[in-house]
Amino acid sequence: MASKETPLKTITVVAALCLVCSIIVSGAAVGLRDAQNANKALDKQTNLLSVAGKLEANANVGEIYAKFVEAKFVDLTTGEYVEENAATFDQLKNVKDLTKSTDLTGNDVAGIKRRSNVADVYLVKDAQGNIESYVLPVYGRGLWSTMYAFIAIDKDAKTVKSIQYYDQGETPGLGGEVLNPLWTAKWEGKQLFNANGDVAIRVVKGGGQDKTPSGIDGLSGATLTSQGVENTFQFWIGDSGFGPFLKKLQNGGLNNG
Amino acid sequence: MAKSDLREVVTSPIVTNNPIALQILGVCSALAVTTKMETAFVMTIAVMVVTAFSSFFISLVRNMIPNSVRIIVQMAIIASLVIVVDQVLKAVAFQLSKELSVFVGLIITNCIVMGRAEAYAMKNKPLPSFLDGIGNGLGYGAILLAVATVREIFGSGTWFGIEILPLIQNGGWYQSNGLLLLPPSAFFIIGLLIWALRTWKPEQVEPKG
Repeated sequence: MASKETPLKTITVVAALCLVCSIIVSGAAVGLRDAQNANKALDKQTNLLSVAGKLEANANVGEIYAKFVEAKFVDLTTGEYVEENAATFDQLKNVKDLTKSTDLTGNDVAGIKRRSNVADVYLVKDAQGNIESYVLPVYGRGLWSTMYAFIAIDKDAKTVKSIQYYDQGETPGLGGEVLNPLWTAKWEGKQLFNANGDVAIRVVKGGGQDKTPSGIDGLSGATLTSQGVENTFQFWIGDSGFGPFLKKLQNGGLNNG
Repeated sequence: MAKSDLREVVTSPIVTNNPIALQILGVCSALAVTTKMETAFVMTIAVMVVTAFSSFFISLVRNMIPNSVRIIVQMAIIASLVIVVDQVLKAVAFQLSKELSVFVGLIITNCIVMGRAEAYAMKNKPLPSFLDGIGNGLGYGAILLAVATVREIFGSGTWFGIEILPLIQNGGWYQSNGLLLLPPSAFFIIGLLIWALRTWKPEQVEPKG
């Protein structure tokens, strides 16, 4: 024992070990990076196609995505399309950059603190290349977690086609039921706006809400998660979110190409 | 070392010297990843791989590790392996790595890995150490899968995602037990398992005193 306790030997052993470990770790990180990025992109594309109703079993996700989906970017304040680098754009990265995002204090309905000035939108086309629906990424606080979703909106920019949460940490079996296909099916055909053009979506418990044009039955046992879903819609469909963009679409103000 | 001894090294941690039930190590992650069989299964594999290989490498260099910094050296080896496992999971099983999220990283702090390195690998040859790691991974996995079976069947009505008890939400008859979906329920199940195990093998009961 005593022989291996000289300081020089200790330092040598530790340094050698660190070198070997760091080579292994960085080797794994660099070697697997391509596969990981491909997985991330594939995951997002799968979610997008699923909400747009384009996902087919055993089909190549990348191919369908390239064929039917076009990513565009919208300046949320003006509602106009802007140019961004599709490969690197990330709303959540923008939120950390004070010049690329807006503080929401006083208007933070969805509980997200800041929002990116530019957001990504996805135009989903049919086989002839005509626009079929728009997919918007939205997120907001639920009870425990920030819940991320895609919503598909019909080409009239007023009617919900479907919604899908792809990242959330709500209570399994209660709030986690936002994933339940039976519940998300209730969203189909709901009107985003009332006659005055205000956001009309309500997620309320009981009372046959889902018979009304903009009401969805809340999840039982998950009042706060349901409220979070409603708030997410209030914010992102409203004037601080995609509101200006959707209004422009309704008025035909954007060249749909 | 004789062959039967090596077999003993692998099998004894499964029942007689189970890391969770007897040594009461690694309980924290057992609470977190047992809502579903799938995550419990992947976690078992991950812990087994990390324990086996960290024990192997630590045993390989055990005569060179300076005694004064041995814990840090063990940690460095374990942490490197955990990062590699995490990276591999992200590359090959993305969906699962998303669900396991931080718990793969937390294998570093899983007491089983550290405990076996310190208690066994530092004193034994690489091959038995490797097998000891496999054995303890299996013991950890046995408890994890048992807990996850109860939690998934009675909490979500499924097993490995296959529907066993049709839930009321989906038009069936079974009202799921919400407690089983929350981490504390694993405490109760592990407690009951330990009780059952110690009734079966009374020698595991700690002497009173």
